[in-house]
Amino acid sequence: MKYENLPWLILFLPLLSVVVITLFTLRSKTVSSLISIGAVAAGFVMTCLFVNANGIHYSGETSVNWLTIGGLNVDFGLKLDALSMMMLLVVTGVGGAIHIYSFGYMHEDRSMARFFAFMSLFTFSMLGIVLANNFLMMFIFWELVGVSSYLLIGFWFEKPSAGDAAKKAFITNRLGDFGFLAGILMVWSLLGSLNFTALSMSTFALNVSGMATIAGLLIFCGAMGKSAQFPLHVWLPDAMEGPTPVSALIHAATMVAAGVYMLCRTLFLFNAESLHVISYIGGFTALLAALMAVQQNDIKRIIAYSTLSQLGYMVMTVGLNGPTPAMFHLTTHAFFKALLFLAAGSVIIGMHHEQDIWHMGGLKKKMPVTFWTFFIGALALSGIPPFAGFYSKDSILAQCLEQKNYLLFAVAVFVAGLTAFYTFRLFFVVFFGKEKTDHAKHAHESPLIITAPLVILAIFATVGGFIGITNNYGSQFATEHEALSLIQQLLEPLKTPVPMLIGIGVALAGIFLAFALYKNGDKDPLPAKLGGLATAMKNKFYFDELYEATFIRAHDFLAAVADWIDRWILEGAIIGAIRGGTDLSGRALRLAQTGNLQTYAFLFVLGVALLLYFVLGK
Amino acid sequence: MHVGLHHYLFVSFMLFSLGMLGVIMRRNLLVIYMSLELMLNAANLALVSFSRFNNKLDGQVLVFFIITVAAAEVAVGLALIVALYRKRQSAHVEDLTSMKL
Repeated sequence: MKYENLPWLILFLPLLSVVVITLFTLRSKTVSSLISIGAVAAGFVMTCLFVNANGIHYSGETSVNWLTIGGLNVDFGLKLDALSMMMLLVVTGVGGAIHIYSFGYMHEDRSMARFFAFMSLFTFSMLGIVLANNFLMMFIFWELVGVSSYLLIGFWFEKPSAGDAAKKAFITNRLGDFGFLAGILMVWSLLGSLNFTALSMSTFALNVSGMATIAGLLIFCGAMGKSAQFPLHVWLPDAMEGPTPVSALIHAATMVAAGVYMLCRTLFLFNAESLHVISYIGGFTALLAALMAVQQNDIKRIIAYSTLSQLGYMVMTVGLNGPTPAMFHLTTHAFFKALLFLAAGSVIIGMHHEQDIWHMGGLKKKMPVTFWTFFIGALALSGIPPFAGFYSKDSILAQCLEQKNYLLFAVAVFVAGLTAFYTFRLFFVVFFGKEKTDHAKHAHESPLIITAPLVILAIFATVGGFIGITNNYGSQFATEHEALSLIQQLLEPLKTPVPMLIGIGVALAGIFLAFALYKNGDKDPLPAKLGGLATAMKNKFYFDELYEATFIRAHDFLAAVADWIDRWILEGAIIGAIRGGTDLSGRALRLAQTGNLQTYAFLFVLGVALLLYFVLGK
Repeated sequence: MHVGLHHYLFVSFMLFSLGMLGVIMRRNLLVIYMSLELMLNAANLALVSFSRFNNKLDGQVLVFFIITVAAAEVAVGLALIVALYRKRQSAHVEDLTSMKL
């Protein structure tokens, strides 16, 4: 392998940036942000160098022994193959664009240096997940992205809602990670190793033990938390309290995709039953989130529910034994969803931090670059050819049909239609019609530092479908894989015309419906038509209320019981008895101390007499 | 009547007990002090009688030590009592209980 030290440098440069920023340059916004941007940009350049020198189909590991405890042997190692190198490119590439965008977006924030320190911490942790060659290391970085996500969601911690959202995200993820850790321990106790390569050789033992389904589902719990799958999906929409670049980087492009990446990395551990459960949970999440997105009014929340829905797609596809389409969609989704979030951020700046879409309108002329890039992102998300989302969504639909799972195929098609509908509802309301508030009348285009990353991402959202992404993933997962040329990739969907035509059809239907309903709308006509269903969608099907009434209430009750035990049994009875007993015996013994010299002399003589009796008297 | 060692020791024991009773029972510091001297001298008597009856001079040497130490003790102790009396206008032990909390 050439440049074998480069991956280590790629991983640790962002950590160095965190250290330098927090220790030395916290006072200077510009220097701190340039260090952070430099770290991720250098990471991107070095990744390109490495891939260029070794080829994307290179596969290898480099590791140092980290700790040995009895039979447990843990390496700190980097696994390099097509999967991790593609993810490296996505994380450093999309991450780099978002870092540059943040430089413009966060410019007026007092704590910009702190923001960039956190962003670098996140980049470091995410690269760690991508490169990890064993479960323990992946788990450590898994928790580190959780921490940096917590820090960034709660970046504006003066707002109580941001603090609450950060806690909600962190605690919900803990639930999933608990299962993940249990799954890792189970795999280790059954197979005796944590290294992915070693594990993939010994899955036979797992299947023999009969625990494969349980172990698989426990590991899936981790993905359920991180990738916000039902029933742990509640944290992701609230995470939009963080700054918009954070939503784009962490809660759209990279961290939430870590669950899908982990599933693909450890796909060999899952048997048919656990994959079955995974696919249905993914499909259900996709449907649920798409329905919720239809009736949201906050520009970032609509995109957040769309992210949830697309993550459901990816998880479903992994469950349908299709890691290639899942990773393909993950990558294209990273392009167009980061684009949509950043464009939304540009709109939010232009609107002076107004996020309600019903206060916008008519922004097409005032923000042309944002308009066109958002349009490309919306087309890609809806799955209109030849944009990136069309190719990846088509490969997912084809995978559903190939596995003959017609129920999930129907769900996926319906969700595709809904996706096009809510995306273009947002699009028409924000950019067309007449200005609904003064802010919209005075909106202005964002500066170049914000629009340039939009243009870069828009290019990738356009061409991402046929520049060889499937080839690279396919070489990782398929046993026999032939690389397709550019033209072949462009025409690939034609091989399976049924899902392609249905996919395009529902997407166009969704766009047309949105056009009919929202072309010039001042307010949403749907609540009147759908009635109770619209209210339920708007209130996210009351999941927050349900959890409030069950889990949070039960937790409060447990806490009250623990408080009572602490207060009355530990503090009151046990500590009280010890304290009271000491006090009482002290008071009793004090009576013997009269302070009178002669009492002491008498006791002294008595003592000597007793001593003499025992020594001499016997 | 032949006077033997045990007669001397009996007198010494009586003197010691009287001294001890004085220390425990009497209230006046000066009397307690005298009783202490009595106890020392009881010990001296026992030591010289052992010396005489064992034909060894060790006991007598020890007695000289005791007399010397007792003299020093009297000098210091009486000075303390006088100082205490000046401060408290009393030389009675029941008045001197300020060590008690």
